[in-house]
Amino acid sequence: MLTPRITQILESARSAGWVLEPPAKEILADRKLAVPNNVLTHSKETATRFLADCGGPVVLKAVSPLIVHKTEHQAVVTHVQDPDTLAAQMDRLLSLKGCDQVLVEEMVSGIEVLVGAKNDLQFGPVVVLGLGGTSVEIYNDTAIRLAPVTPSDVTSMVKALKAGPILQGFRGKPGVNMAALTRMLVDFSHLVMDLEPFFESIDLNPVMCDSDRCVVADARIILLPER
Amino acid sequence: MDLTCLFRPSSMAVIGVSTTHDHHPANVIYNKNHLRYPVQTFAVNPKGGRLNREPVYGSVAQIEAAVDLAVIAVRSRFVPDVVTQCIEKGIKGAVIISGGFAETGDKDLQKEVTDLAAQADFPFVGPNCLGIYSPDAVDTFFLPGERIIHPKKGNIGFVSQSGGVLVDQMVKFAGQGIGVSAAVSIGNKACIRETHMIDWFEQDLGTRVIAFYIEGFECREGREFIKRAHTCTKPIVVLKAGKTARGIAAASSHTASVAGDYRVFSEIMAQHCVAEADTEYELTSFCEALSCYPKGSSGHIGIVSLSGGHGVVAADACGHHGLDIPEITEQTAGAIHSRLSPEIQAIASLKNPLDLTGSCVDDDILTAVRHLSRDPHIDCILALLLPYSPGISADIGAKLSQVARNEGKPLIAYVPKEDKYKIIIEGFELNRIPVASSVEGAVLMAKALKRCHPC
Repeated sequence: MLTPRITQILESARSAGWVLEPPAKEILADRKLAVPNNVLTHSKETATRFLADCGGPVVLKAVSPLIVHKTEHQAVVTHVQDPDTLAAQMDRLLSLKGCDQVLVEEMVSGIEVLVGAKNDLQFGPVVVLGLGGTSVEIYNDTAIRLAPVTPSDVTSMVKALKAGPILQGFRGKPGVNMAALTRMLVDFSHLVMDLEPFFESIDLNPVMCDSDRCVVADARIILLPER
Repeated sequence: MDLTCLFRPSSMAVIGVSTTHDHHPANVIYNKNHLRYPVQTFAVNPKGGRLNREPVYGSVAQIEAAVDLAVIAVRSRFVPDVVTQCIEKGIKGAVIISGGFAETGDKDLQKEVTDLAAQADFPFVGPNCLGIYSPDAVDTFFLPGERIIHPKKGNIGFVSQSGGVLVDQMVKFAGQGIGVSAAVSIGNKACIRETHMIDWFEQDLGTRVIAFYIEGFECREGREFIKRAHTCTKPIVVLKAGKTARGIAAASSHTASVAGDYRVFSEIMAQHCVAEADTEYELTSFCEALSCYPKGSSGHIGIVSLSGGHGVVAADACGHHGLDIPEITEQTAGAIHSRLSPEIQAIASLKNPLDLTGSCVDDDILTAVRHLSRDPHIDCILALLLPYSPGISADIGAKLSQVARNEGKPLIAYVPKEDKYKIIIEGFELNRIPVASSVEGAVLMAKALKRCHPC
């Protein structure tokens, strides 16, 4: 069941055709999917305070209804560590088209994983797992399952990926926390069942997974065309 | 929905027979059922008259007897009226052979018929189909009996969106000695669809495997299919067409199907233990294997051969199809070695695949299969039997079947399909051990068991 707040987010995004990253992450966080600590602001002071509080590097992202693919518009700045860079980049991002707020997030690291969903015409919601980042389109190494999925479905998805050994830990490198990844996929698959009347596709890419946790670094929800 | 009236009718009306045109589809259907099936058959045409000295009724209302099944082969625009008359007569169901509905763009006409039938709880197969071949009961295919090859009565329930593929598959089934419990061409599937057929075949005692040729599903129909397949207690095999851009376009004009995203289809079938066959040959092998071993296996294969070469060929084929050939335990090898004939003890190779050599005798093969069955690493055994070897007797099929039955692990045999080896093949098949006519075919059977096993 969707809460009234989430239904309202989806309804108000209908005309744009997609849900902006901050409200998309609000939907995910409502279902206990981990998202980075963040602040949404146009104020450099607020952003600087957030940087100081979180103690590590932050990511800045322009929030604009006109920018769907952020990397193509240089609308993401990673590894921001000092207040001067932060201030300069805030100015630059706020000057991008349609951008009146910046999402400032703690920077999370780990193996980049793609968790996605598609609302298939014949089968309804399906979930997708693959290695994340921009390479996913090139290698086409993904596993697809009918939603909702069970923990054993997630195990079989990891096994089905050519990149499965990377997730499980390969040549001395640590893998991802399988319990966290499994919980995320199972919870996400139940969420997409509830979102069935609204969405066309969802990309959580990348989800940053390490040996402790899985955190959704970026999220995009494309909505079905209005009837 | 009770489909007994469609699959085991006591009486049928064939509507649309011609008194002037012998090859009219309705005439072919009337003749074959009237002459060769245990079903009382009535010919219907508004013009009346006589056909082969039998009366032609002007309408179904004029038939005095009760009628279970109507086969409708009239022009599409007359179908709604005919369906109405059938419902008024109290006929229980229909096969609508006629084309000219959704597949040619006339969705309204199809909807009119579907709505009429739905209101009256009147099940029908089609339109735009061949209908039903139910051995020893009824045959609505408008193909002359002397032209088609009928598989014997058996345990495969086969459902196809394409009549042509259905008939061709029946030839392949017959060639491999596989029988059908019923074969159904559902055409545009305006009423009876794949999910209904799962329901029917699941409760049908004569059916062990349910097989489908699918071009596409309608909106969310795939989910319904999976939901039904998931709870079905019998193995389900699918052959999907419309996998590539050109195939998808062809499916759209053939049965008005939206073929959809193939990867989604394929991975969901695997997720829910529906065994997807990649080709029509696989479909045949899968049906045969799963009719013997409905529970499947996880694909750890032990291979026994009388020829090292056959072991290598089988090992390659297993690798190609994603099957594992694990090493057997020392205890297994030791148990086999100590019981082999002295003549082959020094020359047999007891690594998987096992090569017992051309000098082995029946008992050596029985020993190898018995102990492979007890090896915890092995869950399916391929026995590649070359009956040319002098030490192999005609009883090997029956004897090995007994071992497999006792040990309880799936055994698949390869025996060359020649008349002179028939006694060996029957020794297996009569004990419900599947026999392939090639090494590759045996490996495909093992693949079937893996595909219907939880992944």
